[in-house]
Amino acid sequence: MPVLKARQALLDPIFNNNPIALQILGICSALAVTVQFETALVMSIAVVLVTAFSSASVSLIRTRIPTNIRIIVQMTIIASLVILVDQFLRAYLFEVSRQLSVFVGLIITNCIVMGRAEGFAMKNNVWLSFLDGVGNGLGYAFILLVVAFFRELLGSGSLYGYQLLALAGSEGGWYVRNGLMLLPPSAFFLIGMIIWAIRTWKPEQVEES
Amino acid sequence: MLEHYLSLFLTAVFVENLALAFFLGMCTFLAVSKTVKTALGLGLAVTVIQTITIPANHLLHTYFLQPGAMVWIDPSYADVDLSFLGLICYIGVIAAMVQILEMTLDRYFPPLYATLGIFLPLITVNCAILGGSLFMVERGYSHSESIVFGFGTGFGWALALVGLAGIREKLKYSDVPPGLRGLGITFIIVGLMSLAFMSFAGIQL
Repeated sequence: MPVLKARQALLDPIFNNNPIALQILGICSALAVTVQFETALVMSIAVVLVTAFSSASVSLIRTRIPTNIRIIVQMTIIASLVILVDQFLRAYLFEVSRQLSVFVGLIITNCIVMGRAEGFAMKNNVWLSFLDGVGNGLGYAFILLVVAFFRELLGSGSLYGYQLLALAGSEGGWYVRNGLMLLPPSAFFLIGMIIWAIRTWKPEQVEES
Repeated sequence: MLEHYLSLFLTAVFVENLALAFFLGMCTFLAVSKTVKTALGLGLAVTVIQTITIPANHLLHTYFLQPGAMVWIDPSYADVDLSFLGLICYIGVIAAMVQILEMTLDRYFPPLYATLGIFLPLITVNCAILGGSLFMVERGYSHSESIVFGFGTGFGWALALVGLAGIREKLKYSDVPPGLRGLGITFIIVGLMSLAFMSFAGIQL
């Protein structure tokens, strides 16, 4: 039974209860970093780490946090973790950190992190909370990477910086880049499509209206 | 000079709309845009908070956090750099301001407090607020610019929110494919709104 529960905590958020597609959490900061696959990947890793460790730390001290100030305590834990990630990126991956600009800092207000700390970690043990954090981070990463995949491939004809489709024009290829994919609206359309796809595959997620 | 501020304001409202161009505050944006009335309340609250917190964080950044900012206390602090504390300080200021606003409204404007209700505390975790402060620091605005920028971003966010709420109210009369119902179609609508707001990009003042 415990094994089953752990697996649930880890895998459920990826398709069955995806934080972005179903719970409407954490869309805030993410989509602006999906123009390139690389930034999306770094952002995903950062969010997985922050969610996992903040859930674990909140869970570790959950019996000692006074209820009145729990939001502030959680906020401080999350903010400290995000500062760690931010400083690390600045030290070792400066280029990516510059492209991510304010969005690393915005992980603090990413509702997934806060939502999992408040909704799951306050009630469950450390190991489960850690897995739940990883799972929700991965669910977020999944959407982010799919969006980034299409945006970079269709928008620039490349993937992770490698040119896959030869561009038309001076380089003599055949692919004409789709400029819309580089603009913000395309991310909204892509997520709408992904949600449509997931809900066609799993009809129980369809909303009544 | 006035033109400069006007241009900054219009850019913040339309071209660089926090919700539609930078995806900030999306969670609340999608969750609270079901009716125009609640959207108006939240939009108002965000505009007020944004106008207060961005200049406040600007002062904090200029006089405490940026490298060598504390020279005014004592010249020996010239090489103190506290900018790594930025994130935690800004979010603290935002949380405190939201709390103060909540108490003020509760004491002096009870009807407005009742209207805004649950939205006030939620604003603390609204990415648009923290995002606005971070953009202000990154772009190095002056103090008066930061006031205009704060008001502009808040107003732009509110405008987008009310617009989306208006569209979603009409949406119940349309026949949407089952898989797209609710969240899916909302994303597509936001995408279209985002396209519309982007067409302001060419405006130069």
